[in-house]
Parts: sequence; structure tokens; C-alpha cells
Amino acid sequence: MASPEDLSGQPAPLYEARKGVYPKAVNGPFRRFKWAIMAVTLAIYYGTPWIRWDRGPYAPDQAVLVDLANRRFYMFQIEIWPHEFYYVAGLLIMAGIGLFLVTSAVGRAWCGYACPQTVWTDLFQHVDRMVDGDRNAQVRLANGPWTAEKLAKRVVKYGIYLAIAFWTGGAWIMYFADAPTLTLDFWTGQAALVAYGTVAMLTATTFILGGFLREQVCVYMCPWPRIQTAMMDEKSLLVTYKDWRGEPRGSVKKGQAHPSAFGDCIDCNQCVAVCPTGIDIRQGPQIGCITCALCIDACDGVMAQVGRPRGLIDYCTLDDAATEKAGGTGRPIRKTLLRPRTLIYFGVWIAIGTAMLFSLGQRTRLDLAVQHERSPLYVQLSDGHIRNNYTLKLRNMETRPRRVAVSVSGLADAVLWTNAGSREKAGQRIELALPADSVTGVKLFIAAPGAGPARQDFTISTRGLDGDPRGDSDIIQFDRPEAGQ
Amino acid sequence: MADLKQRIDEATGTSTVGHEWDGIEELDTPMPRWWLWTLYATIVWGLAYVVLYPAWPMVDSATKGVLGWSSRGDLAKEMAADAKRRAPTVNAIAATAITDLPAKPELMQAAVQGGGAAFRVHCVQCHGAGGAGVKNLYPSLTDDDWLWGGDLATIEYTVTHGIRNPDHKATRTSLMPAFGRDGILDAAQIGDVVSFVRTISRQEKASASSARGAALFADNCAVCHGAGGEGGRQVGAPKLTDAIWLYGGDRDSLTATITQPRNGVMPRWGGRLDPVTIKMLSAYVYSLGGGEKGLAPVAEGAGADGQP
Repeated sequence: MASPEDLSGQPAPLYEARKGVYPKAVNGPFRRFKWAIMAVTLAIYYGTPWIRWDRGPYAPDQAVLVDLANRRFYMFQIEIWPHEFYYVAGLLIMAGIGLFLVTSAVGRAWCGYACPQTVWTDLFQHVDRMVDGDRNAQVRLANGPWTAEKLAKRVVKYGIYLAIAFWTGGAWIMYFADAPTLTLDFWTGQAALVAYGTVAMLTATTFILGGFLREQVCVYMCPWPRIQTAMMDEKSLLVTYKDWRGEPRGSVKKGQAHPSAFGDCIDCNQCVAVCPTGIDIRQGPQIGCITCALCIDACDGVMAQVGRPRGLIDYCTLDDAATEKAGGTGRPIRKTLLRPRTLIYFGVWIAIGTAMLFSLGQRTRLDLAVQHERSPLYVQLSDGHIRNNYTLKLRNMETRPRRVAVSVSGLADAVLWTNAGSREKAGQRIELALPADSVTGVKLFIAAPGAGPARQDFTISTRGLDGDPRGDSDIIQFDRPEAGQ
Repeated sequence: MADLKQRIDEATGTSTVGHEWDGIEELDTPMPRWWLWTLYATIVWGLAYVVLYPAWPMVDSATKGVLGWSSRGDLAKEMAADAKRRAPTVNAIAATAITDLPAKPELMQAAVQGGGAAFRVHCVQCHGAGGAGVKNLYPSLTDDDWLWGGDLATIEYTVTHGIRNPDHKATRTSLMPAFGRDGILDAAQIGDVVSFVRTISRQEKASASSARGAALFADNCAVCHGAGGEGGRQVGAPKLTDAIWLYGGDRDSLTATITQPRNGVMPRWGGRLDPVTIKMLSAYVYSLGGGEKGLAPVAEGAGADGQP
């Protein structure tokens, strides 16, 4: 039987240790762009829970709050109730289509710039360079013996890792409770156990995933690179080594000696040195490439030094690569970005967003749900009238107490009352006080003359009595005994 | 296995496994080593779990585990915690006279909820879900007609002491004679009484039969049911002038009732349930729609000057 050993001469390993990645510092437009995105995304993540937003005395004043205990989701002006969860579903659909749009237009831009794994890995790699020095110093330290200096550096570095990880885990829980209160509770031991557990969990995952696993997450764990591969086409932007221009590689000296025998690539390995996932882009597109474009910055710098045009490694579509290889020039970037596929994604994205905003603007904040009590379906009253019982759920979704009226129509000579009143004093409508931001359950009794159809539809409606007269109504049945019963 | 064609893949430098499907081959990429460590970690986790928690099935039950955890224990803990949570409310209800409950809406609400839970356990068997009653057997608790009275204190008394418990002094009791079975009235006389009762409940027009029945009613029935058939709550005698008939208001049903009355019974719950539960049950029954305000003093006043 043939085995891999026969092919390579040595046993194929079943398991492989992670090869260290020590990306070199680099500067350039893409690096600066990445710094900017890192600053913005981290600021949003750490800062958002601390933004205050005045909603009056009956609602929390935190701009973004997922209030699980009270089942409310606050986002600036918008308050979402559990029954309106489809807005959150809509947001998720928009996020999904947004990723399709971005991927079809600019490839794995999410991976390269905005993915939390990328942002935090970038941050941790910066910590590496701060503590251990640049690439060469890091390699030397990693391969060197355990000296006091190495130990000290490791302690400092992991300490900083842990601090960042803890801050990251700590920021997460702030989205689920009033941030200043929770911070105080957290440090005085008053917070819920789940808060400490969540922070511990997220501290651990940030520490491990950002500090140690890094590109392993992208290569082995994350499904997204593989899904994106299916979503990209020959018109999506890819970080591409233009081998038709670069090959065959040769040093500057060789190139000067035989200008026609060598391409532009001087084989300086700078693209490999700066890569945060430790790949060689010159081997072509691959799963490990998150298209962060740092190799473009590195190569452009080298090309400038040796006096050759920039863009040996550059964003390029597969179509343009074929054109350029054949000697033509690629399409302008505007045409690459604006094509039917991206425009359709964008159109759908905008349409969903507009529809959601429109319906958010239209929704009433007073909602009525009526349940007809089925046991008993009707009650024979002593004077020959029939009473039906209903359970009303009145949702006052405004952050102020309200007074509302409940009335019926379509049921002749009906009177209604609740347990707070009585049939003797019952009238055509009742008035109720609803607490702010709450659901009020009311047992409603409706009595009507016994003569009438066995089953009759009528309308129960509610409307505001304090300025905003908009309300809600529900069609429901009134039951009477069948003839002969 | 002989046809496996392993080779080194050019692009990756990795050996293929050797399978090939329509030109698609599989790389024999080594697993990352940290993955192996996570496998070992799960094994360690599993061993620790087996030691700490119930795991191995034995003859009677699983091994107990060092922590002594059990789902029944969890339930007991949660129930105890919930009882502790409810204790202040239950104590407050216990300390409040039942007639004062409506003045404290939150307490009343809690009592109705607690009573509803108890009702679903102890009462639905006869009175039906939601107190709807069962036709010809058990009275509805949701209508505005009460045999013994429908204010809070009266309901509480009825629930506590039951109806027609032979071995209990304080029980609600009365006995309608079996006019037919015991030969007090003959069949024709019973027919006349039925005519009269159906007349006062406006189901029939006055007739010669109902006129004869009126005299019989005054002699035999009025002592409990009242001269006009308005009923008597002291003895649980139902009102005969309204539209509500526990055992039916048609001629056949009325004849059967007068011939051989049912004299329904209800257990007394004072000996089975604690006073708080009975109080909550009463509040629940009261809330079903027929609850009467404690109107006794007002009614006296109204009777005196003839004003409503």
C-alpha cells in the first residue's frame, strides 16, 4: 500500500504546531486606513454604552441598551418591544445583504478591515511590537532561551493582553444594563453573577483568540472566508500579486545586469514579512489572505526605493488580471464597483432600510389585543341578558402614563365594565389609566340582550384621551346560547 | 486501497489523501496542534464531570457525584426560593380581612392569581374551568345569581364550611322535601306548581293551572323560596323568577326537581386548605364576574324608604 511516507521520505505529521507569525511594522495608505478603522470601531465598541439619551423619567437614559430583564431594546430614538422583534430581524437581513454587497464589490474587505478578530489581532500585534520590538527582535526573543529579560517581557506583554481582554469583556456587559450603575456594582461586588461570568468568559476568549490563536481563527474556525469564496466573482477586488509583471524574480543587482531577464519583483520578502496571517501573497489567492492590503503598502514602499512603478501587488479583479496579462489595461475602479450585481444588492439594502424606517415612523404606540374567554363562552344573567368575558392586553409603548378609553361598536345595547366597576354602573365605554411603558391586563365584562345571533362579530377599540387620539381595535366574537339550550 | 493515488499537490505542497472524484481531490492537511489540545481538554472535562455529577447508570439510580447535585434538588431549591419570594404577599393577604381586600388592588390582584391556581387544582373537577359550572349538576360561579350569597365574606364562609356536610355544624344546610317521591303533592298538583313557577319566571302565560299552583306554592314553597319566588339565601333557596336554572327551567326538569330534589353538596375546604388559600380562592371566585359588593347595609336602607 502506498502511503504519504513513500512520497516524501518522512512520515506525514497528523498534527502541526502553529508557525509563529511576526508581522513587521509597515506604513502606507492602507496601514493608515486600518489605523483609522481600528480607532473608529474600538471607540464605537467601548464608548457606545456610555452615550446618554434622555427619554424622560419612565425609561432608561442609555442611548443603546438591550434590557433583557424588561424585554426592551433601546437604540437612540427607537424603542423596540418583543413583539416588534422583526425590526431586529430586518437589521440582521440588512447586515447580511450589506456583507454580500461589500464582498461582491471589494472582496474580503470585512475580513481585512472591520472583523473584530482582525481588529483585535491587529491591536495585539501592535502590543507585541511595543514590548518585544519589531519582527526580527520578536523572532530572536521567541527562539532564544528563557532569560530574565524574556520572562519580564512576556509578563509585561501578557499583562497588557489581559488588560485589553478584560476591558473588552467588561465593555460587553455595559450594553445590557445602565453602564455607570453596572460599573459601580461590578467593582463593589454587587453585580449579578451572570455579569461576572460573562466578563470572565469574554476576557478569556479575547485573550486566547486575539493573543494566541489569531490567524488560526480565520484559517480553521471561521466559516465566513469559505462562504465569501462562493460569493466572489471575477469582478470582485482581490489583493493580487501581478506575477506577469513580477516574474521571474531577481535581486536589484541581477535586474540591472540583465534587465530583460527579470521581472519587477526583487524577492525582498517584505510582503511576507508584514503579513499578519503569515502567508506569501505571491502564491496567489488563498484562504489565509484576509485582504488587509498591508503587503501592498510594503511592496509600494520597496518599488519606490528601487525606482519602479507602484502596484506590483495591488487590488485587482480576476478579469483585470487576465486583461493586464494580455497586455491591456484594466477597467477603471468606478466601473468595477458600479455594476448590476452590486447595484442590485445596494438597491435591496436601501429598500429594506427605507421600508423599516417608514414603518417605524408609522407605528402606533398604543396597542390592543383582545382574548375572548372560552370558559365559559357566555354567562346567562338572571335578567335574561348574556355576558361574555374578555381579557384585554393594552400596551402603552410610550414612556409616559396615559389615559385611554375602551369602547365597543357593532353590538346593540352592550354595556361594559371591569372588576373595578359593576354592571349597575356600566356604560358604553370605560376609561383606564395605563402606566408608562407597560402592558396592562384587564378583565372586561360585556353584557348584551339575550336575543340575537348565537355568534356575532363586533369591535372593541381603544384610543388615547390625552392628546394623541390614535389607537387600535380588534374584531372579536360575542357568543349567546344556541336556540334550545 | 491499491488504487489510491497519493501525490503532492503543487499549489500547497501538501500530500493528497488519494481519493479522486471527477477530478476533485482531497488534501491531507495536518490538523492544528491546538485542536488536539482542545480534544484532550474535553476529555479532562468529561472525567471531572463524571466524578462531580451523576453519570454512571446503576441499578436503582445513577452514581451520585461528589457535588451531590440532582435535578429534584434543584427543583426543591427553586420552589423554596419562590415560596420565600411570595411570603411577604401571602402574609399580607393573611393579615388582611377578606372584606378589606378590594381596597388594596395589588393585594387583591395577587389573591385572585393565587386563588386561580388553587381553583385549577381543587375546584375545576365540579365547577369547571373558569367556574363555568356544569349544566344540571354544578352551579356556575360566574353569573349574577347566588344560592348562598356572592359577596367576599359569604363566599369565604361557603368555601370554608361547605354545603350540606352531615358531620359539620357550621356547614350551609337546608333540605327541600321530595314532594313527589314522598307523596306530599300528587302529579297533577306538581304540574300546577310547575305552571306557576314558569309563570313567575315569565316563561308561560297565566292559566287555570298556574292559578291553582299559586295556592300550592304559597302553602308548600313560599316558606323557603319567598312569596313571589324571589328565593332565600339563608337556606340556599334559589330565586325562581330569573333566567338562571341550575337543574333546568323547562316543564320536565322542574317536574323532576320538585318530585325528587338534588340537594347538592360541596365539601368543606376549611379542613383541607389553609385559611390564606381559602381567602385567595374566594377572591378568585368573586372576581369571575358575579361578585357582589357587601351590600347588606345598603339593602336594608333601601328597603326602609323604598328608594333604590
